[in-house]
Amino acid sequence: MMRGLPGAFLGSFKTSYGYLSQRLYGVLTEEKYDGRLYPSHIPTSTVQKAILAVGSGVAALKNPYRHDMVAVLGETTGHQTLIKLRDRMRNDPEGSTILLERPRIRLSTLDLSNMSALPDGTLGREYLRFLEENRVTPDTRAEVKFVDNEELAYVMQRYREVHDLLHTLLGMPTNMLGEVAVKWFEAAQTGLPMCILGAALGPLRLSVSRLQLLGQSLGLWALRNGGRARCVLSIYYERRWEQTLDELRHELNIEEPPVSLIASIKNSSSKSYYF
Amino acid sequence: MAAPIRAFVLRVLSDSTRNIHHVLRCRSKYLCRRAAITARRGYSDSTEGRSTHFGFQTVPEEEKAEKVYKVFESVAKKYDVMNDAMSLGIHRLWKDTLLHIMNPQPGLRLLDTAGGTGDISFRFLEYTRSMYDRQQRLRAKSQQTPSWKDIAGHYVSDEEGPPQSRAVVCDINKEMLKVGKQRAEDAGITTGLSWVAGDAEELPFDDDQFDMYTIAFGIRNVTHIEQALQEAFRVLKPGGRFMCLEFSKVTNPLLARLYDAYSFQMIPVLGEVIAGDWKSYQYLVESIRKFPDQEIFKEMIEDAGFFRVQYFNLTGGIVAIHSGFKL
Repeated sequence: MMRGLPGAFLGSFKTSYGYLSQRLYGVLTEEKYDGRLYPSHIPTSTVQKAILAVGSGVAALKNPYRHDMVAVLGETTGHQTLIKLRDRMRNDPEGSTILLERPRIRLSTLDLSNMSALPDGTLGREYLRFLEENRVTPDTRAEVKFVDNEELAYVMQRYREVHDLLHTLLGMPTNMLGEVAVKWFEAAQTGLPMCILGAALGPLRLSVSRLQLLGQSLGLWALRNGGRARCVLSIYYERRWEQTLDELRHELNIEEPPVSLIASIKNSSSKSYYF
Repeated sequence: MAAPIRAFVLRVLSDSTRNIHHVLRCRSKYLCRRAAITARRGYSDSTEGRSTHFGFQTVPEEEKAEKVYKVFESVAKKYDVMNDAMSLGIHRLWKDTLLHIMNPQPGLRLLDTAGGTGDISFRFLEYTRSMYDRQQRLRAKSQQTPSWKDIAGHYVSDEEGPPQSRAVVCDINKEMLKVGKQRAEDAGITTGLSWVAGDAEELPFDDDQFDMYTIAFGIRNVTHIEQALQEAFRVLKPGGRFMCLEFSKVTNPLLARLYDAYSFQMIPVLGEVIAGDWKSYQYLVESIRKFPDQEIFKEMIEDAGFFRVQYFNLTGGIVAIHSGFKL
């Protein structure tokens, strides 16, 4: 009797409600992935998470190209913040749809021919342009490994996949200055410890002129908008490719960037950093 | 009960040239051990449902070699760094102890199986060279006042140089060999070293070729350990020595608990932070637990035909050096 009811729950709900009721009945989805909660899950103890957090922090500081270390730092330190983010998404109607349907942004799920046929200024076209110009793909994101809750793992994964779209929305390139600006926005929006750490330590690697730019206009704009914008994780981007960027910004309560970085930085060398 | 006796009788019949006295004396001990060995080796000897262990998982036998290959392919570049980090540098002492126990004389041939990045071979060459230098110095000291004729004679005979010790590094994984070759180049070692890609279960060498055979931290990754031991027996010259350096069972219970906690908590974390690979290092610590203990492995070596098999526990049993002779 006990097993039948959770089975029914499992079938009809994929939300955290379903998960919650499974826990109440003491049945978890352990049988599916032999003790793990999702395919890429690695169960870890608190001690291991602590060592991972410290180790990955040091490794990421020494070598910022190790984006997998930044990812691990985010996962091991972000548990409380992820809960808050998930609750924010649940309270938003579009966000709860995302939590229900669990869309993933991957090259296989994007309709590239359709998107490149869209007019300039739309989200889809600008996103593709961003991917092409910076020679990146959404498939190189590291999978979430150390979050011990299936739904929170999805929220973390969504956060990573939305990062590129955030670059497009804010009009920031993937050089150091652009990444720091996006980091400041994300820190103000999400409050993830990894973002706050990145936002605090990122400017240390900037040149003086760029630091001035950050301090005077760009940084304040990023922080201000991060605070007042709607939760960017709650936007169902996959259904909004035809929407224009201006309209989307207006809806999200984000101002235009004060300085257009793309034109000025196009000529200088740009390295791609993933955070 | 039938299986142990059958195996025992076969062994006696096949080794008729061996010292029967020795066998008869140890008959009772063998009967007890044999049951344990057959039970533990059942998974690799049985003809039906061939599956074996890959860490704590169970996989079909054919898959294990491939999975192990992938593990070492991904860890090859950071292998040496990780060894130092995981063992806090103690692995260097273990390998030095192996060489001291081996005490090779100059001019011998070594086969370093699962040699990978070449640690044992480099140490072997260095050891024999310094031993040769020391022998030369002792020889020079003992000749107090040589005549001019003797000195001239020395100059002529020294043209052929020291007897060349040769080491062959054999590994199944080409990535590990690549890393090893690079290390040899960086260290400036040009002569006396060769790199061969080969399987420990099926060595690409003729019979009776080598004076020494070593396998350091490699035999637990082999799918059929008995086959590797038989191959070792085959390629060794009569009088040759087999040496195996491998993780083993810790006898002290307190140390065992600390060791287990360290292995399962720290090592995969170190693997993730330094090499970006949790799963390979999880496999590593699990495969250590699956390897037979000192006594059982000693029995397995004796089964392959080696004599005077003994083992030395290092660091409280964390690592053991097994040694045997082909006579």
